[in-house]
Amino acid sequence: MASITGSVEIRVRKPRRTVIAGVLVVGWVAAWFVLSGVDTLTIGGQETTALHRWLTEHRDFLGRGNAFFDAIRIAVDHLVVLLQNVLSQPAYGRPVPVVGWLGVVAIAAYLAWAFGNWKVAVLAAAGLTFVGLQGLWQESMDTLSLTIAAVALSLLVGIPLGIWAGLSNRAFKVATLILDLMQTLPTFVYLAPLTLFFAIGPAAATIATLIYAAPPVVRLTAHAIRSVPAESVEAARSLGSTGGQTLFKVLLPMSRSTVVVGINQTIMAALSMVTVAALIDAPGLGQTVLKALQTLDVGVAFNAGLAIVVIAIVLDRVTTAAGDRPWRTASVRRRVLLAAGGLAVLVAVWFSRTYVWAAEFPTDVGVGSRIAVTATDVTTWGQDVFGGFTYGVRDAVTEGLLNPLEALLTESPWWLVTVVIVALAAVLGSWRSAVPAAVCLGLLVATGVWHDGMVTLASTLLATVVVVAVGIVLGVWTGRNQRADSWLRPVLDAGQTMPPFVYLVPFLALFGTSRFTAIAAAVVFAVPVTTKIVADGIRAVPVATVEAANSVGSSSWQVISKVQLPVARRAITLAVNQGLIYVLSMVVVGGLVGAGALGYDVAAGFAQSELYGKGLAAGLAIVLLGVMLDRITQAAARRTRKFS
Amino acid sequence: MTNKLLRSAGVLTALALALTACGGAKVGDAQKPAASGKACGTVNLTVSPWVGYEANAAVVAYVATKDLGCKVVKKNLKEEIAWQGFSTGEIDVNLENWGHEDLKKKYITDQKVAVEAGLTGNKGVIGWYLPPWLAAAHPELTDWKTLNKNAAMFKTSESGGKGQLLDGDPSFVTNDEALVKNLKLDYKVVYAGSETALIQAFRDAEKNKKPVIGYFYEPQWFFNELKLVKVNLPPYKAGCDAVPEKVACDYPAYALDKIVSKKFADSGSPAYDLVKNFSWTNDDQNQVAKYIAEDKLSPDAAAQKWVEANRSKVDAWLGK
Repeated sequence: MASITGSVEIRVRKPRRTVIAGVLVVGWVAAWFVLSGVDTLTIGGQETTALHRWLTEHRDFLGRGNAFFDAIRIAVDHLVVLLQNVLSQPAYGRPVPVVGWLGVVAIAAYLAWAFGNWKVAVLAAAGLTFVGLQGLWQESMDTLSLTIAAVALSLLVGIPLGIWAGLSNRAFKVATLILDLMQTLPTFVYLAPLTLFFAIGPAAATIATLIYAAPPVVRLTAHAIRSVPAESVEAARSLGSTGGQTLFKVLLPMSRSTVVVGINQTIMAALSMVTVAALIDAPGLGQTVLKALQTLDVGVAFNAGLAIVVIAIVLDRVTTAAGDRPWRTASVRRRVLLAAGGLAVLVAVWFSRTYVWAAEFPTDVGVGSRIAVTATDVTTWGQDVFGGFTYGVRDAVTEGLLNPLEALLTESPWWLVTVVIVALAAVLGSWRSAVPAAVCLGLLVATGVWHDGMVTLASTLLATVVVVAVGIVLGVWTGRNQRADSWLRPVLDAGQTMPPFVYLVPFLALFGTSRFTAIAAAVVFAVPVTTKIVADGIRAVPVATVEAANSVGSSSWQVISKVQLPVARRAITLAVNQGLIYVLSMVVVGGLVGAGALGYDVAAGFAQSELYGKGLAAGLAIVLLGVMLDRITQAAARRTRKFS
Repeated sequence: MTNKLLRSAGVLTALALALTACGGAKVGDAQKPAASGKACGTVNLTVSPWVGYEANAAVVAYVATKDLGCKVVKKNLKEEIAWQGFSTGEIDVNLENWGHEDLKKKYITDQKVAVEAGLTGNKGVIGWYLPPWLAAAHPELTDWKTLNKNAAMFKTSESGGKGQLLDGDPSFVTNDEALVKNLKLDYKVVYAGSETALIQAFRDAEKNKKPVIGYFYEPQWFFNELKLVKVNLPPYKAGCDAVPEKVACDYPAYALDKIVSKKFADSGSPAYDLVKNFSWTNDDQNQVAKYIAEDKLSPDAAAQKWVEANRSKVDAWLGK
């Protein structure tokens, strides 16, 4: 009922807001015809502002030689090297690691079975064996070592922080702000400075990964603690539990499954950093991908990327299964089985320490090279077949949509753009979103990269619109159809974890070096998360509601548009928001394929010492764009919600 | 049922292991001969992200390991970060440096943590290049004066109505924006953003007969695949590039050189003498780069192949 009256009211109210917004945009276009080219704050590729130069000069200010950073570095280095010795590198005078491949597979399968179920145990064993068959065993184990170290440290830091943010409102607010910064600040921005603090080596790579990967577990832990029903906490308190007892006996057990989702997301994020961290010599699959790119070897890059995807899928399914498994005391039967399994694992480890065939993955199976050749052939075929057509699509979209939008944003005076965006924020959201928008735009002017920021904004807006459109269609489809979901899920996982560097070469062949190529890459990366969240929201719509709609004879289109989408609105808002953040996190990669603007500035700051400050400013500009768009979309969503 | 399945799987695995496994070579059977590497020790070598550099690194590492018994640790780093490594002792050797006067000033003159170790013998050429088909079809394009007349030919969706001049990776040395302005060319510099994008653009241009003009450089493995043709800009004269904003001449010829850490230079390691003496031609480097990039040899195998065919050059580096 509520939704019906809601839609009536929206019909009354909505035109007024859209009319104002429409008038604003028309007025903007009219003003643009008059003022085009005035006060555009353009800055050349090699030009810098006083702020940029100041940042560059003070880059080494903190530097090394600090006992605190040194202690962290040494501890982290030791942790990673220890894991590498056990899993991947010849160690302790032996020509092979401490545990050979058979031992690793056995341990992985056993853990998957003990914490999850036998299905994921089989998956874990099969996945790891497949990676070995690809000829990438050692690289994969290096990657796994680094991932384990980064994830372990993320949890060590993230779970307590998450609990704190869950218990204290003030900590929650501060944490949200910092986590936003950590997730939107391009990794390229802090990659080079990190080597100043933590030296070149495993420590810097691990800490870079940690910065990027820790936020999800903090957020989800806090969210989980805050979602525990107040009655449960009250009940515990009234029974005389101390704070600590409430935490460990009530809050943590009740939030366990959500925390596991956080751990899972942290693992995914850590794996997606593999190729980026390779730029500061992180060992493993990332190196293979980057090396292959130097010779544009799509096949080899794909083979290594596939290994990352397989590892990601294994870890995802195992942690998901571990999260779903209810706490229960093990039965005697299970304990016996666990013990027997443990013994079998020990036997396998012993084999892997003793015999060469079980220690080093046999190299005579060439699945990897066959995958590489096939990937290359498919890519070439795709280029030959679609080549001309894709250029046409690119030109149509660029000329028809992107260039006009970009012209409007970049050629208008900066003050006009600021006024219009703040006004739009106030109209679509409220003054609450107008204030942060004004602050962000003001700071964007101060960064000195306003013009590049507007170029990036144009591409980002276009990419986000595509992501949301595709994400909602796929999300509704997979949310309503279990079979579609099980088919699409591995594809979505691949989209999220396949290093973008792998599909950049084929995309370059299809679309040339252009902003469109960057948009296409961002869409591939951002659609999975949007789809997953939308599907989740659709699935959460109460069955009774859908059946009520069906019983009055609604068509499936009506069910979707009048029932499922409106009810899942909250999930869709989150999906739009995450889609946006994912698109922004691809801006730097876009800079490597011809999108220029902020992405190029950040990459240039990483590569050239005199542009360091400008790169940092550009990185901050990306964060500012993210915060601004985030606040506007959230306020707009709140506003729509109010009327329904 | 699941447990039953699991148990039978376990039993089967154990059986299979017992049957097949108890033979086979044991770990540590073949003892590797201990290299007498005491005199040389460890050499930390940065590897910059292009194949030409990797060719240098492969050959020097191979010779240092095989002939001098050094332990060579290769670290894959961007140039800027490798220079940082000189000051912290994590990098000993950079085998191919392109100019970078600012970094030389910072680390060699000011901080005194690095020193020059002579030329590599490679000549670095930077400039504007055309795909071979275009240079053959329009030979006049190799003179920069004809570029304005043909600007329309190089128009793309990215160049805003002007001709497109494609530039590469942000770490490349470039004056192109100033050149376009000062030579009054009706072109827009579009940053491809990576060497990968640049090579793909040239490859596509040659295959589909599209006009492209872009930044490129030699020595480069890609020349084995496609012989790009250089455009003649106003010739370089000493000092014509002194003021970056006013550059209106071609790029100078770069004599690529080697940089080592001060500590390594003073260590008396035989590897230092090897690095100092190391010198070869563009053809040599391209040859090894081809083994790596096109023939897909591992860097080590590529180095071995070249060293065996060029023993006399290697002996000269070793002072034999």
